[in-house]
Amino acid sequence: MVHTKTEKQNLIKLKMESRSVNEAFARTAAGAYLMSFDPTLEELNDIKTAVSEAVTNAIVHGYADCIGEISMEFYTKQPGEVWIRIVDHGCGIADVKQAMEPLFTTCSDAERSGLGFTMMQSFCDKVQVRSVPGKGTTVTLMKRLSTRGSHVAK
Amino acid sequence: MVEIQTEGENMSAVLTGEIDHHVARDMRMQIDEQIQRLLPQKLYLDFGGVTFMDSSGIGLVMGRYRNMASLGGSVAIRNASGHLLRVMRLAGLERLVTFE
Repeated sequence: MVHTKTEKQNLIKLKMESRSVNEAFARTAAGAYLMSFDPTLEELNDIKTAVSEAVTNAIVHGYADCIGEISMEFYTKQPGEVWIRIVDHGCGIADVKQAMEPLFTTCSDAERSGLGFTMMQSFCDKVQVRSVPGKGTTVTLMKRLSTRGSHVAK
Repeated sequence: MVEIQTEGENMSAVLTGEIDHHVARDMRMQIDEQIQRLLPQKLYLDFGGVTFMDSSGIGLVMGRYRNMASLGGSVAIRNASGHLLRVMRLAGLERLVTFE
């Protein structure tokens, strides 16, 4: 099968319930996908952190009052690029620009730092957020790896 | 996991494992309970046994900083290295707590 450069390659999808216990699973899954790319420890931690933030947002904000479905997609486009997409069908974000500002949080318990998107942006090469209030949020992360054996599915 | 140790008027919370939103709640409740009981001058948060941390760990430090400040005390961080230190620096935690 012939792929063009912009198509998703070596796509893996998974679905999980929006339970906070699954935050660790989401990170571990990201780590597992990355193994074939031979990432550095720093790259691995960067991606795990970004994934942890995105999935936690879906659980805490997207599905604040209920348990819903979170889906994740892992894929590549160019050699050495890892893409991870986190999708929820929760409440959505009315003002994405404001939500991405450092220290902005809608949580009143004062234990959320409001730095989730800042972490994603600092540890990834690209962060895209699409959200429709009442429909859900899609966060797409891309990390370029300095990898020795850049891997693309054949 | 949290292990509480006392050092004179100071209290040390030795954290182990991964710190995310799921576990941070239990950790902070355990630490706050002991702060209320011991009323320490200084709280040491020891990250030597922490293998991963996201911004939930930042919230954990910031919340304990607020609690200690309200008692007239302070917070110091011990044994944070590598990835943890990067996350903490990104959040500017050095403005609130000291690093030892």
